[in-house]
Formats: sequence, structure tokens, C-alpha cells
Amino acid sequence: MNTSILSLSCPMPQLDFEVITMGHGSGGILTNKLLESGVFDLLKNPILDEHHDGAIFELTGKLAFSTDSYVISPVFFPGGNIGELAVNGTVNDIAMCGAIPKYLSLSFILEEGLTMKEFWEILLSIKMAANNAGIHIVTGDTKVVERGKGDKIFINTSGIGQVHPKANISIHNLKIGDKIIVSGNIATHGIAIMSVREGLDFETTIESDTTNLNHTVKALLDEFGNDIHLFRDPTRGGVATVLNEIARDTKLGIDIFQKNIPVVEEVYGACELLGLDPLYVANEGVFMAVVSAEIADDFLKKLQTFDNGQNAAIIGNVVAEHPRQVVLQSRIGGKRVINMLVGEQLPRIC
Amino acid sequence: MKYLSEFRDPEIVEQYISELHKITTRPWTIMEVCGGQTHSLVKNGILNILPNEINMVHGPGCPVCVTPLNLIDKALYLAEEKGVILCSYGDMIRVPGSKRSLLEAKANGADIRIMYSPLEAVKIAQENPTREVVFFAVGFETTAPANALSVVHAQRLRLKNYSILASHVLVPPAMEAVINDKEAKIEAFLAAGHVCTIMGMSEYEPIVAKYKIPMVVTGFEPVDLLQGILMTVRQLENGEAKLENQYSRVVKYDGNPAAQKVINDVFKTEDREWRGIGTIPMSGWEVRDDLVAFDANKKFDVDIPKVPECADCIAGQVLKGIKKPFECSQFGKACTPLNPLGAPMVSSEGACAAYYHYSEAMEEVTA
Repeated sequence: MNTSILSLSCPMPQLDFEVITMGHGSGGILTNKLLESGVFDLLKNPILDEHHDGAIFELTGKLAFSTDSYVISPVFFPGGNIGELAVNGTVNDIAMCGAIPKYLSLSFILEEGLTMKEFWEILLSIKMAANNAGIHIVTGDTKVVERGKGDKIFINTSGIGQVHPKANISIHNLKIGDKIIVSGNIATHGIAIMSVREGLDFETTIESDTTNLNHTVKALLDEFGNDIHLFRDPTRGGVATVLNEIARDTKLGIDIFQKNIPVVEEVYGACELLGLDPLYVANEGVFMAVVSAEIADDFLKKLQTFDNGQNAAIIGNVVAEHPRQVVLQSRIGGKRVINMLVGEQLPRIC
Repeated sequence: MKYLSEFRDPEIVEQYISELHKITTRPWTIMEVCGGQTHSLVKNGILNILPNEINMVHGPGCPVCVTPLNLIDKALYLAEEKGVILCSYGDMIRVPGSKRSLLEAKANGADIRIMYSPLEAVKIAQENPTREVVFFAVGFETTAPANALSVVHAQRLRLKNYSILASHVLVPPAMEAVINDKEAKIEAFLAAGHVCTIMGMSEYEPIVAKYKIPMVVTGFEPVDLLQGILMTVRQLENGEAKLENQYSRVVKYDGNPAAQKVINDVFKTEDREWRGIGTIPMSGWEVRDDLVAFDANKKFDVDIPKVPECADCIAGQVLKGIKKPFECSQFGKACTPLNPLGAPMVSSEGACAAYYHYSEAMEEVTA
């Protein structure tokens, strides 16, 4: 279900204010109005309904816990907004631990002047993302900062999940010969965001691929268990950064093959024009897996049966040569080292 | 991708490499002038598949690298002291000035914005009538038409709050400076494809004739570069010195007359200081006297004292192709992209940064 369909069934509540003011963060009447009038209803579940200072629940077994803050600019971008990003991001971080996400906390830092209409739109997309991922928002917080001290809205989410009984995700499990897989086309999210940044406007139909990956990851764990050595989501810094972290932490080498790396042609073209390397561009709806060579082909086949895995590909191997280094074989057969990104990727002059 | 994948075809690359092996009988030193070509050679791993006899040296064609330190200090002064909205191409903002980079100034609160096009800066000037907007107009002949056009637009819109801090540099005088440098031993040039797209080829004829040096206007994709190198080596092996055009799908002999006109309408030729190299006569463009209202250099009182460059940095020798980046004692030690001593370590087109980022290529070339 997309946000616009959801908004038909959850119309914005009638309120006597149109914009967020400092009072909405005071903890007083306005804060209550804001929460009671819509937020609690929208995100309704038995744990949240307690309206307690924190969430009380039972979870057994090995747990995974993660937190992330979302400060994306612009808040609304082609293919989504900060709300679903904040849910999907933390859901995916927990999934990358080999766990099944269960509960999320949700904290807002709102900038004075944010319109209620925008806030509602973000809330709806939070609800949609939570539904899709099958998780509950169980506790939260709202603060308001003066105009100019935020960028419309910042969101922090923390999440907790139960580790899959068959999962054994650890960087120490990697061994020479393991295959490196990406679950879909890379660099799409980063380019979608860049296309709407001030000063860089360019016309494109590229949309962010933000989505929850937890159901796909669970199905893969059900079938392949501890033959999956590592999951990572290549968000900031992109695929190149994750590969470098793996090479650094395992002291092993990594070979990747440019011709196998899936990039949508439009994204590739935008990267060429802007002077960016897709390997360093941020992703949202994509994960990387390092798996035993024996299961790699079956793993890929299974992954490709999911909507968010259709374009998955094996892009490289863990090797004994050039320890701690990631080496890319270019399309034309030349080789180069892929390093950590220094600072931000900046557009070139010409 | 049409007109792109064809020029990255491994089979064609293979054919050119094998042809190069066939015809090369002795060592040759060839300079690719443009930083974009340097970057492509290293990024695609071409340097380590070329025959050993062919020594590619990297030229001064990195606009960010040759922009004088003093001009960066001026830009900093305008952004920090005069409160202007300073708009700049992306890779300019990380280059260290004498005290800090524009990126650091931005973090300290200066209003510095990254642009892809100077026309965006004109738009910002329109939207902010009470603020002064300055575009940091650096680059070779390639970026000059767009920068000039921004002045034309601003004039047409009667904007009083838009100006450019121009420091344009020109390729042909720089080539002559490299040829005349006793230490640089360049036997042939790959001329910069995009510069020639604008300016055409005629201004290179006198250089080829005067110095009897082969020159091939070359593109940027792997197949372009290898074809350009092959054409150059053929000339060298045959004892010829001609001006040829490998990049004919883009470069016309006369270049782009409309772009040349807008350049001439806005800029005049002058002596220009090149960072690391020094002053080269008639090697730059600045805003014409009748457009002084759009010249940030004249509009604002910016008299910033000149500060000497870092003594340990050999950027000048690297830019003239006399030394390779790894021959510098500071390379990868005191000087890294995070803490650059000189501009070639900063820009994505700088030779030092290219070698640093793709360090395996560096090791193989060293070996």
C-alpha cells in the first residue's frame, strides 16, 4: 500500500493549529493534543496504547539492538520521505544482524514551522513502513527546536529484534573463496536524493529504492542458515565502503568485477554526468551478503525470487591475495584499488 | 549506453593494446594534458596494460590544481568577511587556501554553495536580491562558456548583486611552457578533447609546427585514450609531427563558434599565474573592462597578501610532468587527500589524488 492510499483511510485529524510551534514540544496541552489527536491512533498497538514512559514487553532468546538517526535533506524525495526511511533503516540494520525486527522506538525533533500537513504525511509513511515490515512502534518522544535550529524534522529510531535461530552472522566467519552478493541495483537512492538537492537539480525519473529487507533476509536465513557469513547494508559510503570495512576487519583481500555490478542505466548515466562513482553512492533498499561458495548460486536464485532481489548479482570473491585491499577489475580488464572514500564525493568541475 | 559502452569494449581495447605492442620499438614519453584523461588512465587500469616502453606523464590540465593560492584566499575573504553567497564547483571547495579550505569555512558558517552550473548561481542572485552572490569561476576553456554565459544572463536580468571571481587558464600557452621547460622531456601530446570541443584545433597548429611535436586530440574513454596513444606512437615511430583528431565524434576543427563568441564577449586574455608553475604570459582570461560590475576582483576591495606555497610540495614538477606523484617525499605520508599539502592531492583530476586513490596502479607503475 502506498502512502496516498493510506491517507484516504487515515485522513488528517481536525486540529486548531496548522504548524508545529515550540509549545508542541513543551510536554503540556499542545504536546498532548498533537499525540492524542493522531499519532497514538495511527500507530496503535497494545504496547503503545499503555502510554507509559517506556515500553514493557517480553522477548526471549538472543536479541539484536540497533539505533540510527535520520537527517535527510530534502525531507520529501522522489520515491519516499524521511518517515519510511527512518523505519526501514533501523528495520534493515536489525535484519543485517540476522535478526527478525520486532519493536521500534520513534523520536522526533521537529523544527518550529513544520506544517501539520507535512508531519501527517511523514506519520502516514511511518505507519505504512511499519506495517510492511511487520513491526510495532512501541515508544517515542517529540521535541521541538526553534526555527533555523533543525531542518524541518529529524527522526531517531531504535529497534530490537530476535536473532534467527539458524543465523550466525559475524565478520569472523568469512573465509577465502566466499562469494560477495549485492541484492539489487546500486546507487539508486543516493542519485534520487541528489537529483532534488539545491544547485544540482536535474530532471530524472529515478526514485529512491527505500524498502524493508527483513522478510527477504528471514527467508534466506530459513534456507541457508550459517552458510550466510555476513549481511551488511551499504547505506552511507556505498558498496565500496562496506567492502573496505570487510577487507580491513578480516585482513583478507576482496576482488570485485565491474561488469557484474548491477546499476540501472539511468543511474549510471547520472553518475557519469555528475562525476560520481556509483560504488560510493548511498543505497537504501539494497543489502550485501557474503556466503559460502557452495551455496552462492542457490542463494542468488532464491534471492532473485523476491521483489527486492530481482536484480541481485554475485559481484566478487574473498581472496588470499592483496590482504586488506579491495581490487576492482575494470570492464576493460585493467585493475585498480577501491579505497575508502575521503570526505564527501564532490562533483567535478568538468 | 549508446556512445559510451562502445568506448569501453574490452575486445577493442585488446586490439589496440596488441597493435601498440606490435609497432612500439623504443621508449616514448607522452603527456596527456587533461586531468580527466589522467583520471581515466588510472581509474580504468590502462597504465598497467600499456607496453612498458610507453611512459605516460601527466600534464597541468587540472583546473583546481593550478588555481593560485591567493585566489582561494580571496574567495575565502569574500565568503567570510564580506558575507557573500559564494558559489563554487564541487572539487574547488576542498583545496587548501593559506589558512583553510572553503569546506572548512563553510563548516564555520560561511555561506558557500556547491553548483554544477554557474546559471544556478545567477538564479540564487535573483532569489536573494539583498545578498551579493559570487561565482568562483575557475577552469580551462571548457568551463569558460558557461561562466561567461552567467555574466551575460546576469546582465540581461539587470542583476546588481552577481559577479564572478574569474581565474580561467588556457591550454596552448601551458603546453608551450611545458615544452620549453628544460627538465620536462615530452615527445608528444594527447591534447584535451573537451577543451578542443570549445576552441577547435587551429590554435595547436603553430605549436606542432614550431616544436615538431606530434599531437593527437583525444577523448576520455578507454578506447579513446588507447586509440589516441596508438595514433601518437605511430607518428613518433614514423618520425612525423602532425596534429590529428582522435575525438572527431565530438571535436570539430573550428570548435564551437557560439561558445567562442560568448567567451570573447565577456573575457579578455591576460598573463596568468598558475599554482605551482608560476606566471605564464597570455595564458588566462579575465572579465573585460566594460563588464567590471560583474568582476568580483574589481567589485570588492580584495587585496589579499600573497603567501608562499608549502616548501615540501612538488606540485609544480608534477604538473609539468617532470616528476611522478610517488617520487615526492611527502606522497602518502605528510600529504594525503585528508591532509593535502598541494592541490593535486585534492582534486579528483589531480595526478597525486589519482595515484593515491588507485594505489595498486601506483605500485605497478613504480615497479
